[in-house]
Amino acid sequence: MTEIFGIPTAALFGQLLLGLVNGSFYAILSLGLAVIFGMLNIVNFAHGALYMTGAFFAWMLLNYAGINYWYALILAPAAVGLIGVLIEKTMLRWLHQLDHLYGLLLTFGLALLLEGVFREFYGSSGMPYELPAVFRGAFDVGFMMLPKYRAWVVVVSLFLCLFTWYVIEKTKLGAYLRAGTENPNLVKAFGINVPLMVTLTYAFGVGLAGLAGVMAAPIYQVSPLMGSNIIIVVFAVVVIGGMGSILGSIITGIALGLIEGLTKVFYAEISSTVVFIIMAIVLMVRPAGLFGREK
Amino acid sequence: MNASRALYLALLALLLAAPFVGYPIFLMKVLCFALFACAFNLLIGFTGLLSFGHAMFFGFAAYVSGHAAKVWGLTPELAILSGTVCAAGIGLVTGWLAVRRQGIYFAMVTLALAQMIYFVCVQAPFTYAEDGIQSIPRGKLLGLVDLKDDTTMYYVVMVIFIAAFALIYRIIHSPFGQVLKSIRENEPRALSLGYNVDRYKLLAFVLSGTLAGLAGATKAIAFGLATLTDVGWQMSGEVVLMTLLGGMGTLLGPVLGAAIIVTMQNYLANLGSLVSIVMGATFVVCVLLFRRGIVGEIAHRWGKKA
Repeated sequence: MTEIFGIPTAALFGQLLLGLVNGSFYAILSLGLAVIFGMLNIVNFAHGALYMTGAFFAWMLLNYAGINYWYALILAPAAVGLIGVLIEKTMLRWLHQLDHLYGLLLTFGLALLLEGVFREFYGSSGMPYELPAVFRGAFDVGFMMLPKYRAWVVVVSLFLCLFTWYVIEKTKLGAYLRAGTENPNLVKAFGINVPLMVTLTYAFGVGLAGLAGVMAAPIYQVSPLMGSNIIIVVFAVVVIGGMGSILGSIITGIALGLIEGLTKVFYAEISSTVVFIIMAIVLMVRPAGLFGREK
Repeated sequence: MNASRALYLALLALLLAAPFVGYPIFLMKVLCFALFACAFNLLIGFTGLLSFGHAMFFGFAAYVSGHAAKVWGLTPELAILSGTVCAAGIGLVTGWLAVRRQGIYFAMVTLALAQMIYFVCVQAPFTYAEDGIQSIPRGKLLGLVDLKDDTTMYYVVMVIFIAAFALIYRIIHSPFGQVLKSIRENEPRALSLGYNVDRYKLLAFVLSGTLAGLAGATKAIAFGLATLTDVGWQMSGEVVLMTLLGGMGTLLGPVLGAAIIVTMQNYLANLGSLVSIVMGATFVVCVLLFRRGIVGEIAHRWGKKA
């Protein structure tokens, strides 16, 4: 077997791939956080819980209604988006004038609530989500085996990230959004329905999280705790990258996933803390984050 | 001024008489968490910094004092002291990193750093991972007073609590406390008046972390237990909720909030995940309708007295 630095290449590339998969999820989630923060000035602590909800919806659709993965890929994020509309319209709306911290506290409460509800009904141990038949097996790409489903997740996530980036940076709708971020009153004066835009932005952001949840379901166990486990890492990613730039969030997310994968191979003891260590270093060297501008 | 002095005297009498009425174990738990919440409140209520990682001080200090008492065989006061000193050290390092960012980022940085400490505790050998440090001996205070008796232990915890509360009272009413309040109200202005805002914030963070560590260390000795629960992010959330519910920026709010949450957890303990549902719902209600908290609301209605 070929080796690099005494590590079998198969293991190395396997971990790198897993890192890339994790990184894709970090990218989608931090992207959603950045979009929501830009428009609502709220750090959505419930993001992880809604990601978990997406995974659970997919699981319920399959196990209670026999609705397969492909439909779940659309239905679950839509349902999570609807929950988002509800949250924004009934709660977050009232916090607009207040300190940002209240938004964080409220969404933290929502995260606890959602996690508690799913724990109440499903316990805290994970449940497997059966992989659709098309994705079983792996491609042989010469130097390693590439599981089909992981390849799919990476491709779809990258597409989603680039799509979001394109919409926000290059289209008219995105221009409205960015203008709304800068000066909501002025945009209102142009006859654009800013409150609606805010609601839809939140729904879109959490919908992305829900979609990530559906894609994560076959890889990880579907468990009420999956949301809180990932959201704290994503927060660190956001601190490292800064929330100012969409492309920055994507790059940071993927890069940190890869670095995490590498540490699993070379120095497994710190693999769960490496993201936080990098965060600490970035804070020392570049307090505003790699792509950040202080707001 | 007289009214508040009477209130404090009444509360002191209540604390002294409490073990004859209630269970000392329960009361100790309330006092430990009340101290934890007061320490947290020093930061959010009087400096305006939201830390989402205070469990790192509470939990890590609990581990250190537990280890000191059980493995090194130190007397309880030295064990508690060593836990507290460690918390101060962590506070200095994490605070130095965290004050570089403001507002919402500060909360995220503290949360992430606390998660790092959590993972360190999961892997470090002296914490016994999932089991935690169990059956930590209470030992003899100063080598003289045996703390086996719950009521004796209660009075020790009470003295620690009162001393820390008095310290917080002193800090808030000192010129230093006034500077902290000015930072909370208007940071750029405090900066333009020539105060080194970052240094003040760091000092407040270290003080708050140290006192949170004192609470955790005391808890470990009183209950003979230090586990991962004490250092996890849920614990950081709990202390935020206690303070929010009681009233941020009020002296007695966190104490009341801690008493309510601990009582609630006691009643709902058998119902498992219901605790987290009720806590989540309380959070939502507090933020939407009740931002002053209970004590804050009372103070507001009765005109600024308490």
